[in-house]
Amino acid sequence: MKVSSEARLDILTRINRATGGQQPALERMPVLPSSRPRADIVAQFAEYAAEYRAHVQTVTESEVPGVLALLLAGKRVLVPGGLPAAWLAPLNTTPDAGQSHAELSSFGAVLTTCAAAIAETGTVVLDHGPGQGRRALTLIPDQHVCIVRADQVVDSVPEAVAALQAAITAGRPLTWISGPSATSDIELSRVEGVHGPRRLNILLIDSA
Amino acid sequence: MSAGGLHPSQPFPDAARETLADAQMRRNLRHAAGTIREKRLRAVAEVANWEDIRTQGASIKDTVLGNLAEHLLELEASVKRRGGQVHWARDAGEAQRLVADLVAAQGVSEVIKVKSISTDEIELNAALEARGIHATETDLAELIVQLAEDRPSHILVPAIHKNRAEIRELFRHKLGADLLTDDPAVLAEAARVYLREKFLTTKVAISGANFAIADTGTVCIVESEGNGRMCLTLPDVLISVMGIEKVLPSWADIAPFMQLLPRSSTAERMNPYTSFWSGITPGDGPQHFHLILLDNGRTDVLADKVGRETLRCIRCSACLNVCPVYERAGGHAYGSVYPGPIGAILTPQLLQLEDENANSLPWASSLCGACYDACPVKINIPEILIYLRGQITPHKTPNAESIAMKTAAWIFNEPHRFEGAIKLAHTGQGPLVQHGAIRALPGMLGGWTSSRNLPPFPKQSFRELWRRENEGEQ
Repeated sequence: MKVSSEARLDILTRINRATGGQQPALERMPVLPSSRPRADIVAQFAEYAAEYRAHVQTVTESEVPGVLALLLAGKRVLVPGGLPAAWLAPLNTTPDAGQSHAELSSFGAVLTTCAAAIAETGTVVLDHGPGQGRRALTLIPDQHVCIVRADQVVDSVPEAVAALQAAITAGRPLTWISGPSATSDIELSRVEGVHGPRRLNILLIDSA
Repeated sequence: MSAGGLHPSQPFPDAARETLADAQMRRNLRHAAGTIREKRLRAVAEVANWEDIRTQGASIKDTVLGNLAEHLLELEASVKRRGGQVHWARDAGEAQRLVADLVAAQGVSEVIKVKSISTDEIELNAALEARGIHATETDLAELIVQLAEDRPSHILVPAIHKNRAEIRELFRHKLGADLLTDDPAVLAEAARVYLREKFLTTKVAISGANFAIADTGTVCIVESEGNGRMCLTLPDVLISVMGIEKVLPSWADIAPFMQLLPRSSTAERMNPYTSFWSGITPGDGPQHFHLILLDNGRTDVLADKVGRETLRCIRCSACLNVCPVYERAGGHAYGSVYPGPIGAILTPQLLQLEDENANSLPWASSLCGACYDACPVKINIPEILIYLRGQITPHKTPNAESIAMKTAAWIFNEPHRFEGAIKLAHTGQGPLVQHGAIRALPGMLGGWTSSRNLPPFPKQSFRELWRRENEGEQ
C-alpha cells in the first residue's frame, strides 16, 4: 500500500520535528513484594472477588471433585486440555476439540484453571495455557467455573504484571476477569451477564 | 449515528443554552456524576500510594511522548513479528479508507464494533455506510445511541442522557423486542439476544485500543460487558484503530495504568474484563489482525510544548464527573466526541485552533481545578485552558473587547475621569435598574448580564462619602 507508507514517513517526520532533542528519562517504580501475611492476601482476594458477585468457595484439594459435582450437576461441561482427571471424573465433560462458536453455545458451563489472581482487585487472570484453553471457551457458555490455587494469588496489580511477563513475552493472550460480565449503562443500574458468562464460580484451593 | 466527529456545529455558549433547557438530562447527569464521584473517592482512598502511581503514570506518558517515533516503530515491528499488520493514517479520511478497504477485501457488508472513541472521532460508521458496509455497535450504551440516531454524551456512559423508559421504547421499535417492563436487566437481555447471533457469525470486528505495548506488540482493551471479548476473539478479522499516543514502552508499564484507569473511570477496583493480545495466536481468536496508527492532529498537539501533556489522557472520564460546567451543560454542548474538561482542551488543539466553534471550548470552564485534582495522569487542564485562551484571543476579529479595555484603561488612569464615569453611570443606569438589580445591559454589554445580575451603582460613591466625612473634620 503506497499511501500507507507515505503516511508512515509523514507521521514519523512530524513526530521527530515535534519532539526533536528531548529525551525524558523514565524512572520506574520498583515492584516491592508484599509484606502482608499470605492468609490476609488470600482472604482479601476471596472477599473482593465476591464483592464483584463472583461465587467464591474455599476448598481443600481433596474436596474439589465433590464440590464440582454439586456445582455442575446436570450440566454439559466444556473442558480444555490439561485438567486433572480426578476433577473431571464425576462430571459430564466434553473436551475442547475446536468446536464452532455455535457448538460452544450449547454448553452450560466451562471449567478452567487460571494463571494468576490479584488480591487488591479480586481479579483472576487467564493466559490461555494448559487448563485454560482458547479464549472463546470462557466466553460463550453461560457459567465459568475457575479453579484458583491459593499460591497463585498475588497482592497487587504490579506483582501480577511481573508474574505475567513470561506469558506476554511468549506472545500468549491474557484475559483478566473481575466478576461476571456487567453493565451500568442504563441509569447506572448494575446488571450482570450482558454478553459474557452470567455466572462466575471461583473455587479457591487453600492447602494451608 | 454514534459517529459524532470532532467539529462542533456551533460555539459552546449557543449549544449550552440549548442543552441547559433539558431538565431531564440535567437530572440524569447530576445523579450519575454525583454517584460516580463519591464511589471514585472511595476506590482511590483504598490505594495507599495513589499519588505515586499518578506520578508514575504521568511520567511514563511523558517519556512515550518524548520518544514517540521510536516507540511506534518498535510497536510496528513487534506486531508484525507476531503475525499482525500495521498501517498508518495521517487523518480521518485516510483511516476511513484503510478500514473500508480492509473490510471490502473480506467481501462482507457487516461488521461489529467495540466501543471506541477514536473511531467516533474519525466518523467511521458513516464512512463505512457510504461504502455499503453496516457497522453494529455492540456496547450497550453505544447500541442505544446508534439505534436512537443520537450522539454519545459521556466518554464512559455514552447514553447517560437516556432513561430506561426511553430505551424500552427504542428497543421495541428498532429491535422489535417484546418488553414487559423497563427493568435494566430486561433491557440488557434484549440487547444480549439481539447481538448474540451477530457475535457468533460476523466475520470482521473493529475496535479501538486502550494501550499498546511497544516491545511485545500487545494491544489492550478494557471493558465490562464482554461485548469486547466477543468482538476481539470470535471474528476471523480484527481491525484496531489506535491514536498514536496510546503506546507504552514495556509490559511492566501497564501496571500503573491498570491501577489508575478502572478506579478513575468506573470507580471500581477493576473492570470486569480486560483483553490483551499480541498479533495473532494460532488456533485462538482472529487469524488476521490489522493495527491502524492514527495521527489526525495529534502530532500538532505534540509539537506544542504546553499543550502536549493533553496527550497523556487515558480517556477515563474522571474530569467529566467532577466538572460543574459539564454537569450542567451536558456532553452534547461540547459538540465533539471529546466532551468535558479534557474535550475543552483536546478538541481545539486537534483542530489546530482553527475551528471557530471548537475555539470557544477553552472558555467552557470555571477554572475551579477539580479536573486537575481528579486526573489520574495529572494533566494540568486549568493551565492548558488558560494557555489556549491566550493562543486563541489574537485570532479574534474585530476586537470589541480590546477597544473596551483600552477605554477602561484611559478612564482608570485619571481620578477625575474615573469619578466622572461613576457619576455618569449612576445617572445613566436609571431605566436599567429593576427590583434593585440590573438584569439586562444593552448591546454588547448584554453578554455580562446574560447569565447573572449586575448590582446597580450606589447613589454615592466611596470617594464622595470619604470627602464628605473628612470635610466635616477639617
